[in-house]
Amino acid sequence: MVMRAKEAEPARPLAVERLVKKFGDVMAVNDVSLTVGPGECLGLLGPNGAGKSTLIRSIVGRVIPESGRVAVFGAAAASTKARMALGWVPQELAIYPRISCTENLGAFGRYYGLKGAKLDEAIAWCLHWAALEDRAGELAKNLSGGMKRRLNMAAGMLHKPRVVLFDEPTVGVDPQSRNRIFEMIEALRDEGAAIIYTTHYMEEAERLCDRIAIIDHGRVIATGTKEELVRGVFGMRSQVLARFSGDEAAIGAWTERNGGQLKNGTAEFTVEQATEIARLLDDATRAQLELVDVSLRRPNLESVFLHLTGRELRD
Amino acid sequence: MILHIARTALIALRRDRGALVLSFVLPLAFFSIFAAIFGGQSNTTPRVTLIVVDEDKSEASQDLVKALEKDSSLWVHRTPVTKKGAPAGPEYTAATAEKAVQAGDAPVALIIPHGFGQHPIAFGPDAGESTVELLNDQSDMIAPQVVIGMLQKDAMTAMPAVMAEQGMKTAEKYIGGFTPEQKKVVEDGLADLRKEVAEGKVGSAVGGSGDSGVGMIRVKTRAVVGENKKSPMISFYAAAIGVMFLLFTASGSAGALLDEAESGTLERVLSTQVTMTKLLGGKLAFNTLLAFVQLAAMFLWGWAVFKLDFFSHLPGFIVMGLCTAFAVAAFGLLLASACHTRAQLGALSTLVILVMSSVGGSMFPRYFMPEAMQKAGLLTINAWAIDGFTKVFWRDLPVTDLWPQVSVLLAVGVALFLVARRVARRWEVA
Repeated sequence: MVMRAKEAEPARPLAVERLVKKFGDVMAVNDVSLTVGPGECLGLLGPNGAGKSTLIRSIVGRVIPESGRVAVFGAAAASTKARMALGWVPQELAIYPRISCTENLGAFGRYYGLKGAKLDEAIAWCLHWAALEDRAGELAKNLSGGMKRRLNMAAGMLHKPRVVLFDEPTVGVDPQSRNRIFEMIEALRDEGAAIIYTTHYMEEAERLCDRIAIIDHGRVIATGTKEELVRGVFGMRSQVLARFSGDEAAIGAWTERNGGQLKNGTAEFTVEQATEIARLLDDATRAQLELVDVSLRRPNLESVFLHLTGRELRD
Repeated sequence: MILHIARTALIALRRDRGALVLSFVLPLAFFSIFAAIFGGQSNTTPRVTLIVVDEDKSEASQDLVKALEKDSSLWVHRTPVTKKGAPAGPEYTAATAEKAVQAGDAPVALIIPHGFGQHPIAFGPDAGESTVELLNDQSDMIAPQVVIGMLQKDAMTAMPAVMAEQGMKTAEKYIGGFTPEQKKVVEDGLADLRKEVAEGKVGSAVGGSGDSGVGMIRVKTRAVVGENKKSPMISFYAAAIGVMFLLFTASGSAGALLDEAESGTLERVLSTQVTMTKLLGGKLAFNTLLAFVQLAAMFLWGWAVFKLDFFSHLPGFIVMGLCTAFAVAAFGLLLASACHTRAQLGALSTLVILVMSSVGGSMFPRYFMPEAMQKAGLLTINAWAIDGFTKVFWRDLPVTDLWPQVSVLLAVGVALFLVARRVARRWEVA
């Protein structure tokens, strides 16, 4: 896959400006703006129902927004230019189960207007990229879950898109297949594709994405690299996690008195300096609490999300 | 525990509208259709269309024709049917009546020959000299039987004077004749009888009973359609059953649209260069081809196993096959577009197709049905397709004669496709 044209394109691969989409009274996408550059992977991180898929479908042109604008290399969503520049890998296994991998890829290639040698070349590239060469003649329905996911991804790549939208491509996939999928996406990014990757798995966003947009209730509530997000919310602070044995009410009262929160029996505190741990533990001893274990943790995206929304990512 | 299982099944059934329709609506719909056809509902007895050609124009023949016209079992035409308000055309002749039967305008034609009035009755001293001719279409096995029965009954009741005169001649021949006084009495009586017939006091044929008292009039029956066919119903059932299963296949095949919508494949396809119109057009083309191949297989089987004369009717088959396949494919596409799930499609298509097939003549010929139901049948694809195939395989009519069926099937196909396209807008964008 070669993204040769990227240098020649003056416009940004993807720009979304103040997009709004409502379904009845539900605000699915609320004033969202974002951009993605060539060779960049932007993660859309948010829980189920946050509006990630609606945003993706708006970019593809499958959803008509109330207001706002989507531009793919300057072209409007759903225009022919945008369609040919976009590759969409939907969350569902949107492939034909009763035909083979090669036939599936051939069908989608033709839907993108490919034929002859170009189509054959694209199919060969996709089979190689998805590591399905040895299963090329297998019916899609007979593939393993991970292979189906890879075929689902390959079906969106036949026309060599320069902007690729992955909508939770690892749902229901085992760790080994997930790694294979990550490698596929990294290969695309390395070749210059602009990528949007939606997930509610923090680890995936941390591994793959150059920048992350945290989305909740249809609104982007923070954007930046992982470090920028953590620093923006927590500064240089870290988290102290301490577990105690004994009376839970006493532990709770002590945690609250020291500005922390008790969650599932674990007292959590945010500290500016690691040396603050000693003061906390001294105070616990004075309160006659018996320490079980203690750890210091740098905040992660999960912490950022929790801090910004008051909810867990997987609520 | 058994009760719990039953309760769970009941809850599931209540939520499954498709199963409810199949369980309750379909049997009731079918029961009603069969009851209407075979139950002899009031004033819906099927009437036989009969063309009558009176070459004789004698008193006896005219009495007979009048009686036939009054018979509630028959629908007598002496001239071709014209549009309302248009002047009636010339009366049928023996030749035009034969052509009309061949074209399917009527299943039977009665030719009353010159000289019938001289010796109308098939017994007595002059018996056998006059014979009426019945031209029939072999595909309708009921109509000639009904007409023969009605003919004998009407002859008995419509021509009392002729009967009496014939009886007198017989008496004269075998018992030596009457005295002048006796003759006078009989002739006076005959004059009164003729007067009463003219006034309609006697001789009116009432009711549609099949008890005809065979033998009053000598009838020679001649098949003018299908006389050389080995089995009259093979081509009918090849078309009738073929169309019904085509409808099932087309709706099932079009249901792939619902699978694709459910799996997200449809939405993905629509994000490529494929538009909804192109997508439905592609489905329509495939389903038309599939239906045509299915029909071809059905007729080839008829040729191989039941000696159906397939290859000499190939042009007509191709025209009718393609038009029928196009109409059923569009029908399937509309059903699939209108439904939200496969289960809905299964229930709706079963209901609609079985009702269409029974009313449209796929299960039994439409001439069995009451008049109103025969007309209702024309609202179905089945009836037009079967009529077209009958023209090709039974009446041996040329392709040009198929224009009414071809026009209707193509128009229906286009209309159904346009409606399906409109309904499919719900899949286009949110």
